[in-house]
Amino acid sequence: MQIPHEVTARPDTGLYNAKLGIWLFLASEVMLFGGLFSGYIFLRMGAEEGYWPHGLLNVPVGAMNTAILILSSVTVVLAWASLKMRKFAAYKLWMGISILCGAIFLIVKLAYEWPQKFEHFGAFIKQDALAKYEPMLGNRHVEEENKKPGHTKIDPRVEISGHLHEVEITADPAEKEKLEAFLHRHELEAKAEEHDAKLQVIEGKHLTPGVAEDLSKLPGVRLVAFQLALDPVNAAPDDAESDKPHFWYKGATEKIGKIEAEDVESWSAFVPKHSPYFAVYFTITGLHGLHVLAGVLIMLYFWLPIEGGANMFKRNPEHLANRVEVVGLFWHFVDLVWIFVFPIFYLL
Amino acid sequence: MSDSHDHGKSAAPAAPHDSAAPTELGHDAHHNMLLGLYWGVGGGLLLATAFTVYLSYQDFGSRNANIMVGMMVATIKVGFVAAIFMHLKGEKWTIWKFLLFTMFFATGLFMLTWLHYADPIFGTSHNNH
Repeated sequence: MQIPHEVTARPDTGLYNAKLGIWLFLASEVMLFGGLFSGYIFLRMGAEEGYWPHGLLNVPVGAMNTAILILSSVTVVLAWASLKMRKFAAYKLWMGISILCGAIFLIVKLAYEWPQKFEHFGAFIKQDALAKYEPMLGNRHVEEENKKPGHTKIDPRVEISGHLHEVEITADPAEKEKLEAFLHRHELEAKAEEHDAKLQVIEGKHLTPGVAEDLSKLPGVRLVAFQLALDPVNAAPDDAESDKPHFWYKGATEKIGKIEAEDVESWSAFVPKHSPYFAVYFTITGLHGLHVLAGVLIMLYFWLPIEGGANMFKRNPEHLANRVEVVGLFWHFVDLVWIFVFPIFYLL
Repeated sequence: MSDSHDHGKSAAPAAPHDSAAPTELGHDAHHNMLLGLYWGVGGGLLLATAFTVYLSYQDFGSRNANIMVGMMVATIKVGFVAAIFMHLKGEKWTIWKFLLFTMFFATGLFMLTWLHYADPIFGTSHNNH
């Protein structure tokens, strides 16, 4: 049985069913992302000075992903236009490129951008210990710079970040077996600290912030200090280059810094619990990524030579064109959300 | 109801705002213009993205000023995506009606966030604590 107005428009509204449906859905999506962006504004405005990071994300990679989504928005509308012109080969080409663009976006996000953050270490220093870490924070330099008129104020620096190199711990000898099993499982090594026999230095290429956190939860283990390869801003805090975010991403330097655990307010990888910034970053980019995945899967369905997909062209090309228009509207919305996500997280 | 079994017919892209428009071809100039428009808008959006990145490294005197400039460019970009790619320019009034409602409530949502910091009714200001 043919459903009324599945293909042709209702005379009174001028719309076919799916088009009305997708716009109602997109209206609800505006409210969903609107709520999350409101949350972003709320958290950002409420963040204390220094606790909202700037310049942490890789701008060229973010810009490339933006360009990929824009390109896919063009190709998906060309795919729809090709169907309206009954050019099946052109439809397959443009839709294929759209799917490829979506897949590249997801791969960059999930295989590069996010994992990089899971391995990056950050420690917020207690207010009363900031002076002790002045060589890595450079707050006197920041104060001097902020006295100069006519430029954007630099936030005070309260965090030391980089790649975790070693952690120093004390361990209860009675729990030695559990510690050794843990170290073996994570391919880590323990050696005695030269100047303090009670201390053990844990090192290894698999020492990530997450592993360090698991280590700290072992019975009888107490974290004493972190040694890390410092990020550029902490390696050269008085350098004018450290006062502004860089366009090209600069990873951790080879300069090693040491932070006593007792001076740390909180520490973690760059994961949601790190700060409100990363909490809202992962929430919004994660939900957006799910939308990209959904869009890719639906476009793939319409591209594959299956019933309900590309095979529909032979039977009812206008119906397929309608379906592609609907997924295209969804895809443009995904692009539209990213146009806001890119500047608010990567640039501003 | 009627399906359009017009496979093989050569059809111009229907007017973007009218999904039920006739699909006969013969409007090559029109359809080339439409395809050119999509590429043109796409190219413009790419340039605007590069411009957004450039602007973010300029100092407009305060971070709030930089945010305002960045958001203005993003809003213009979004306007083009919605108007041209999503065909909202010339879209049916039925869709505009509930989109206007959505815009009203979304604006209200953002205003609620703002109310945490300002009180437009009694004119008091938020006391930071």
